[in-house]
Amino acid sequence: MSAVLGHHDHDHDHADESHDDHVPTGWRRWVFATNHKDIGTLYLLFSFTMFVIGGVLALVIRAELFQPGLQFVNPEFFNQLTTMHGLIMVFGAIMPAFVGFANWMIPLQIGASDMAFARMNNFSFWLLIPAALLIVGSFFLPGGAPAAGWTLYAPLTLQMGPGMDAGIFALHILGASSIMGSINIIVTILNMRAPGMTLMKMPMFAWTWLITAYLLIAVMPVLAGAITMTLTDRHFGTSFFNPASGGDPVMYQHIFWFFGHPEVYIMILPAFGMISQIVPAFARKRLFGYASMVYATSSIAILSFVVWAHHMFTSGMPVTGQLFFMYSTMLIAVPTAVKVFNWIATMWQGSMTFETPMLFAVGFIFVFTMGGFTGLILAMAPIDIQLHDTYYVVAHFHYVLVAGSLYAMFAGYYYWSPKWTGVMYNETRGKIHFWWSLISFNVTFFPMHFLGLAGMPRRYADYPMQFADFNAVASVGAFFFGFAQIYFFLFVVLPTMRGIGQKASQKPWEGAEGLEWEVPSPAPFHTFETPPKLNASATRIVA
Amino acid sequence: MRLDGLRAALFLKLYLANLGKKEVNMMKSILGKLASPVLVACAWGSTAAFTAARATNDLPGGPAVNQLNLHPAVTKIAEDQAWLHWFMLIVCTVIFLAVFGVMFYSIWKHRKSVGHKAASFHESVTVEIVWTIVPFIIVILMALPATRVVVAMKDTTNADLTIKATGMQWKWGYDYIKGEGEGLGFLSSLDSSQRAMSDAGGPKAGQVVNDYLLKVDNPMVVPVGKKVRLITTANDVIHAFLMPAFGIQQAAIPGFVRDTWFKAEKIGDFYGQCSQLCGKEHAYMPIHIKVVSAADYSTWAGAEMKKQAAKADDPAKVWAAEDSIKRGEKVYATNCVTCHQANGKGGGAIKALDGAAVVLDADHGKQIAVLLNGQNNGAMPSWKSLSDTDIAAVITFTKNNWSNKTGQLVQPAEVMAARK
Repeated sequence: MSAVLGHHDHDHDHADESHDDHVPTGWRRWVFATNHKDIGTLYLLFSFTMFVIGGVLALVIRAELFQPGLQFVNPEFFNQLTTMHGLIMVFGAIMPAFVGFANWMIPLQIGASDMAFARMNNFSFWLLIPAALLIVGSFFLPGGAPAAGWTLYAPLTLQMGPGMDAGIFALHILGASSIMGSINIIVTILNMRAPGMTLMKMPMFAWTWLITAYLLIAVMPVLAGAITMTLTDRHFGTSFFNPASGGDPVMYQHIFWFFGHPEVYIMILPAFGMISQIVPAFARKRLFGYASMVYATSSIAILSFVVWAHHMFTSGMPVTGQLFFMYSTMLIAVPTAVKVFNWIATMWQGSMTFETPMLFAVGFIFVFTMGGFTGLILAMAPIDIQLHDTYYVVAHFHYVLVAGSLYAMFAGYYYWSPKWTGVMYNETRGKIHFWWSLISFNVTFFPMHFLGLAGMPRRYADYPMQFADFNAVASVGAFFFGFAQIYFFLFVVLPTMRGIGQKASQKPWEGAEGLEWEVPSPAPFHTFETPPKLNASATRIVA
Repeated sequence: MRLDGLRAALFLKLYLANLGKKEVNMMKSILGKLASPVLVACAWGSTAAFTAARATNDLPGGPAVNQLNLHPAVTKIAEDQAWLHWFMLIVCTVIFLAVFGVMFYSIWKHRKSVGHKAASFHESVTVEIVWTIVPFIIVILMALPATRVVVAMKDTTNADLTIKATGMQWKWGYDYIKGEGEGLGFLSSLDSSQRAMSDAGGPKAGQVVNDYLLKVDNPMVVPVGKKVRLITTANDVIHAFLMPAFGIQQAAIPGFVRDTWFKAEKIGDFYGQCSQLCGKEHAYMPIHIKVVSAADYSTWAGAEMKKQAAKADDPAKVWAAEDSIKRGEKVYATNCVTCHQANGKGGGAIKALDGAAVVLDADHGKQIAVLLNGQNNGAMPSWKSLSDTDIAAVITFTKNNWSNKTGQLVQPAEVMAARK
């Protein structure tokens, strides 16, 4: 039985028929899903839906900014768009998508039969639906959606309508879902590895997710605290952040960014893990410096807790504070550089081929590093004083989040979808998707560096005439980028989900290593029901 | 050696990080000369079709058309920032080219299609240590010049002139607190015709509006070559004061006071904008600073003072209790209510006025002193920029409102006397 969508005509001649006696069918299969593969599929479809919604919001923003003057939306709605684009992309698209990948791949990679807590897994997915309804539905409440920016800075949040409360509850639910997902991933990885799969033999994706899951458990409650205090300030007369009655809005920023900066790494570390598996597969050469990759990832995670106030250089802090946060932030460049060097050393002297997963992986390394360098430039407090809250920052974080997290997920999709669906995606279409995305991404976001340097503040519904041309270029690029993703879904993903395409072999990639390639394609509904016996490097099943 | 290329790249990085200022400036000018025309050509080429109808010129002191870099520096700090930015940009570009040179070389040479066979090395402690230590040294070398600038930026002492900028939804208020022009205060809002123009879809084709969304009614005026300490605060939500040409950006936070400084070295008009999301009119609260010569500044300040004085009250006037309380209520609503609350109870660190000993005290001098000088290290700021009449009125109001029924009346003359 295919684990993606039941194409029943293929099922009955499948070799793993014997396992499928109790496979639920129809809506029950999804609503009561406890199978990690089904839940992974649900997560991925959900996050792609949210990605499309967030993308449409972004395109309305870019349409408005195509020319100076207000053409399509009023400034109030514009602020709702920027806020909701951020919240939906971060909490609705990127984070659940990585959980989807984790659900699908981690049990397969470590030789586990399923996730540790199968019913909690179901619950953590289905919590996403009310959260999504709340947050998207907030547009239709009086006063509209939250419009205080995705950072939800106080005291602007106190001026919002009920949409803000809907947003806060949605974030609470998403946070609870993330924490459950993290607990599940941690327990699965620590307890359910096949015999012989020691921690230091684990695939990098499982490693980076293990570290990410700890980050999530550490910081999601911090966010929940911050937004709960916002909620009580709004309705119950407390004044945590309300300066009108002695509250401290800067304290909100500290709490938010104590969550917010580790959150940035939550969105990129699993991507590092995927790239660390895809590059060796297509270089046909083992990952260079596996142990140092693990240490670098851990260092990034630990450092992420002591850099938060670099988001607040202009909020005002003592000179020692500014220096400390500048130094600690610049320090993050070191483990990040180690990772990039390791990837390149993996490619060095390899025997490379460039199928779509590898294209996206190389695209990731190249474009993500540009975002890393602008991050280093922004880390310097004196430069940040000029560039904070300008389009330079917008360019920077889209280089690391779109060209970083999103490209890695595309790479992961192309790499693993043969295992999920049992058919190969169309290679030509994959390449079109890659080049189309790469070029339009850069057309969209590269000019934003110039806008930021010239001093155009972010979250502006209208701007001085001198910024018009670069904004026009960015808008054109954004629409092309958006269409590329529709193309990806309709012409790459959908056919594979329907089972159209060349049949995938058990291991479609010559250089790929790992237990996921030791089971048939598509992966049977149940895998590794008895712990497999592994070879010395824990990459193959013996006997 | 297989890793020679990588080692060479690392060495190059190290070398470049040690480059002196002179070399950086030279490279900067070369890069600048090469980059600008190419990039401008690309930008124009791709957008000519969309934007041909719109004509705009550079705005001196504001953004230039398709500006590619930071604003021309008008202060020493902005100059340092521009230098740091070039330094970082060059070092990062060189590292980027070196690292990705290696990667693309590898992509070119080590392909299966050209028959390259995969090597089997996958570990080298030496290499790992080298490429951990080298970036570490590079970031330290980057941090050193930055540290000097951070310290300089933070030094707001010995200012010639102190101006308070108050962010309000959605305009700026400027109060000259100390130095020549002390006591001046006014609001600065976006030109309303430009706001209407924005609603109408922006400037029409053929209409040239170089200062679109940057024109204000009352610019802040400062003398050239004088150190100006800028205090920021806000009345409602957080705003931010961004003036790119001066290299300053400082959040304006309600209930808190922050400061920064600048010393403009050129005469002219300079433009910035609010940079912290502050609600729907966020894009419509620009900043315009007019830098004038010392003599022009004195003339301007003198004239403004006269204008303001003409509007002001005579401090010798003797007020009736009822009028003074009425006036005081207004002053309270404008200046005090944000912290001390309508009920006079304050909250948190903010002291209550209702029932406070200093308010109830028969000696008017105590409360006058608090208002004139502030208290608790500025947690209660000094209000001496308010007029004698306003201070007297607001004290009278607090002494006779809520449960404070003292029946005391404070006259402006008492405040005037206390100022000496």
